[in-house]
Amino acid sequence: MARSNKPIVWGPFAAGGTLTAFLTPALVTLTLLAGLGYVPDILAYERLHAFAAHWLGKAALVAVIFLSLWSVAHRLRITLYDIGVRADSGVAAAVYSAAGLASIAAAVFLFRV
Amino acid sequence: MAEEVSRKPYVREMTYRWIFRHPRYMRYMAREFSCIFIGAWTLMMVWGLKQLAEGRASWDAFLEMLRSPWSIAFHALVLGFSLYHTFTWFNLTPKALPVQVGEAFVPDVVIAGAHYVAWAMLSLVLLKLSGAF
Repeated sequence: MARSNKPIVWGPFAAGGTLTAFLTPALVTLTLLAGLGYVPDILAYERLHAFAAHWLGKAALVAVIFLSLWSVAHRLRITLYDIGVRADSGVAAAVYSAAGLASIAAAVFLFRV
Repeated sequence: MAEEVSRKPYVREMTYRWIFRHPRYMRYMAREFSCIFIGAWTLMMVWGLKQLAEGRASWDAFLEMLRSPWSIAFHALVLGFSLYHTFTWFNLTPKALPVQVGEAFVPDVVIAGAHYVAWAMLSLVLLKLSGAF
């Protein structure tokens, strides 16, 4: 039987796409408000530090970051193919590793919190 | 010898120019390009976590950076594209998750609508818990 890695790649893409559809507008609103000078309570140092210090907070942040970046990576790969970049295996390796490395970096930073 | 066989295979032209041939293609590309903005914002937050881990002064510097005009413009773009991603994603849910009750399928508007309602409530709860209002 032919084996395919498509479900492994596509599963996190669908999960991440759904997650970003539900969460990203509200999350971006939080940092936008902070930029406009009205810092939401959660972005105050004490609150965010306490959130990121708890293992549940760490797990939630890493999960959101990994799924978001993976779905972005997958979509970017397809988009690059659409606009005429035909080196798909190279593109795939680059975007998926970038998503993985940035997620690992996030986990390392959270470990230090 | 295979190399000596004269053949001119037709190589289909493939450039980015097809995007501009129809408004539908433009909307499709706007949807696909939303990933760049969502990705850039997520990477910015990974950097924010680094700042958070380094202590109060670094985190405050991050908050200060958010206040620059470039950051505000960037946030406006990210918010616009992320909303576009949300709308296009939910509008596709009836195709991805068709629900059958008895003989009939649940109307598309009900499935997409349920997602919009859940999204609105979740966003309100999240903003409320975060102390945004």
